[in-house]
Amino acid sequence: MGRLENKIAIITGAGDGLGQASAVMFAKEGASVAVVDMDPVRGMKTVDMIKNQNGEAMFVEVDISKEDSVKYMVEKVVDAYGRIDILVNSAGIFIEATAINTTVEDWDKIMAVNLRGIFLGCKYVIPEMIKAGKGSIVNIGSEAGITGWENATAYAASKGGVVNMTRCLALDFAKYKIRANCVCPGTTETSMVKKAIDMAPDPKVARRFFESRPLLRLGRPEEIAAGILYLASDESLYATGAILSIDGGRTAGGFNA
Amino acid sequence: MGRLDGKVALVTGAGRGIGKAGALLFAREGARVVVAEIDAALGEETVAAIKQTGDDAVFIRADVSQARDMERAVATAVKTYGKLDILYNNAARIQSPAFIENITEEEWDRILAINLKSVWLGMKYAIPEMLRIGGGVIVNTGSKGGERGMRNLGAYCASKGGIHALTRVTAMELAKKNIRVNALCPGIIATEMVATSPPEEIATFSANIPQGRLGKPEEVAYAALFLASDESSHITGQLLVIDGGILINDPQMIRPQDSK
Repeated sequence: MGRLENKIAIITGAGDGLGQASAVMFAKEGASVAVVDMDPVRGMKTVDMIKNQNGEAMFVEVDISKEDSVKYMVEKVVDAYGRIDILVNSAGIFIEATAINTTVEDWDKIMAVNLRGIFLGCKYVIPEMIKAGKGSIVNIGSEAGITGWENATAYAASKGGVVNMTRCLALDFAKYKIRANCVCPGTTETSMVKKAIDMAPDPKVARRFFESRPLLRLGRPEEIAAGILYLASDESLYATGAILSIDGGRTAGGFNA
Repeated sequence: MGRLDGKVALVTGAGRGIGKAGALLFAREGARVVVAEIDAALGEETVAAIKQTGDDAVFIRADVSQARDMERAVATAVKTYGKLDILYNNAARIQSPAFIENITEEEWDRILAINLKSVWLGMKYAIPEMLRIGGGVIVNTGSKGGERGMRNLGAYCASKGGIHALTRVTAMELAKKNIRVNALCPGIIATEMVATSPPEEIATFSANIPQGRLGKPEEVAYAALFLASDESSHITGQLLVIDGGILINDPQMIRPQDSK
């Protein structure tokens, strides 16, 4: 008996990184997974990984920054699987810039994907969860959503929004037995972080900076996925509005020397 | 394949409530459990329940506020099972409600010793054993009282806030030694401790909790299991809140006796 036996889960950004690791882990625990991503090549790869372990998955090509695309996502999943038990909002983008270096276009783009994308997902999935009489939403925030980051103003602002929006979702929909919690990763071995390191003026220095936390290393996608799994499952039925930092101890208080 | 296969766990206050649920769940998931409890009858009952399902446990009587008892509890784990992997500091007492200026010195010392000093004592004796085997996990039990004020429970809240701070420091100190330290932050859970509240207050709890109900001890136990297992390998120095939404709601429960 898997920990997500018979659950239907939508995971956005599941073509890569945390989303992909979550999709694979969820399927292993018995969930049917709707793999949602903008990139069909990466999305279908995740579906193949799941099918290779005898799991159930389907791919839906979605741009979460577009309302019509999100509505289409919900229709397709309900058509195929009948209902939605779990929504993992993992899709997100990162742009490195301070407030004065951020273009207005980049600000709008970050907000459209990272914050509005999660709002849209919730707006159209929650009515389905209300119909089903329960549901679990896990939003991926960030360490940058609860503490300061250099050179990441728009990203941090979008993630701070995700963190507090999660609390409001938890309050508004508790009476429908719908929970909303937030996982805040630190820095994880994903293509997003690898790109930030590679594009830095000195990648070695950049890597050491990202690893500066008590556990002295980047997180692995599976380690973040394990927290997402706990919050998605019925083991955490009494947790709602919780912000779970999976960040190698950074927010416990500063760097180790 | 249990989630704690091969592990040895020491659980304090495991005679009832959340601690008992934790001990039972850990054993079900493959851990051998040392049940530390001040009430021998309750402690032996927990061990019997664990053995009934074919799992392994041993009882040690312990007053968690006493250094000697905590040293002995840790030694029991090492003597019986050869090592200690997991310390689950669960034991605590609620104080006699009183405004800050009316708390007696005896009551302050009692609550701080049973709730906060005990956590430090457990870690003090467990850490050398964990260093000896190259790693370990500590799960402490904080409370929503450690993050928000609760009228007439000043000593209790101070003890729980202290546990949150202690958890963070210990996590930072031991991060490089493969020992993780985290704290549970339960809300109002259906246990005997909560049942000691005045009946007219218990009636108001559910109305002020977004989920409309108290938590079950098993729900806190599953959170402890997640933190105790290797699944949470990148989590340290953190609070895991299981409270049905109280902390995001900050319900203003004004009672008639609050207007002095």
